[in-house]
Amino acid sequence: MIDLRHIGYVSPPFTTEVERGRLRFFAKAIGETDPVYLEEAAARAAGHPTLPVPPTFLFCLEMDRPAPYGWFDDLGIELPKVLHGEQSFVYHAMAYAGDCLTFAARVRDIYAKKGGLLEFVVQDNQITNQRGELIAEFTRTLVIRHG
Amino acid sequence: MAKTLTPFDYTTAQPGDAWPTLAMPPVARVTLALYCGASGDHNPLHVDSDFARAAGLGDVIAHGMLSMGYMGRTLTQHVPLGALREFSTRFLAMTRIGDQITCTAQVIARFNDAQGQSCLRVAVSAAGQNGEVKAAGEAVIALPPG
Repeated sequence: MIDLRHIGYVSPPFTTEVERGRLRFFAKAIGETDPVYLEEAAARAAGHPTLPVPPTFLFCLEMDRPAPYGWFDDLGIELPKVLHGEQSFVYHAMAYAGDCLTFAARVRDIYAKKGGLLEFVVQDNQITNQRGELIAEFTRTLVIRHG
Repeated sequence: MAKTLTPFDYTTAQPGDAWPTLAMPPVARVTLALYCGASGDHNPLHVDSDFARAAGLGDVIAHGMLSMGYMGRTLTQHVPLGALREFSTRFLAMTRIGDQITCTAQVIARFNDAQGQSCLRVAVSAAGQNGEVKAAGEAVIALPPG
């Protein structure tokens, strides 16, 4: 069982730059064909200063932190048992190529179901840009399968 | 059967109206390799068959966030990115090699949020070729003034 004292566990703040090439690579990986996400000119024509960050890529940037699963070790979570149960985003402002985004993560809740066969860890992330503006918040719920 | 508007205009969409669907090619191992690299999610469960077998899953499974990426595309192909306010999903079933994901979205409601902004609430989901729902969630989209 995951110790409930880990509710409130805070990961070290992590800052990373949104790279153009990485945005194009991500677009390819999800089969994106909309030129707004691929070409500077198309992005500007759509009213963006440069390539925009698509809705789910914020989650990906957070995983660029050194040892993205390091907090699993701290909480005693075994990676092979983990599935992604839920994911939610609330968007406040746009993010673009060249932005430096800072991720602040905190474990909000830990609970069990089915007599402990399934454990759930809920982690909140708050994302701000280089000007300190709140870009988005996201919450992931991990499911840890026992047996 | 939901009515699909052609061409689709989210600003006039009413409850029950459906977005055009997004049909993806079958998930191949290279799909997961590309997503692994591009997303930064290097969990071996998605690309290493030996690891996946040892974890009791038989073979690699797709990242849930790959389906959510497809769901996001379904929305943004007809909505300006800046209009997206909320986007959430639950992952309900595993996606495996060969599965063919189709995403659908349908307007649930038009409403005013706490700031008086008129919005659409949209149900969005990703299903496999046999209709098995892999992920299901909701999005909130701000409507332009007027």
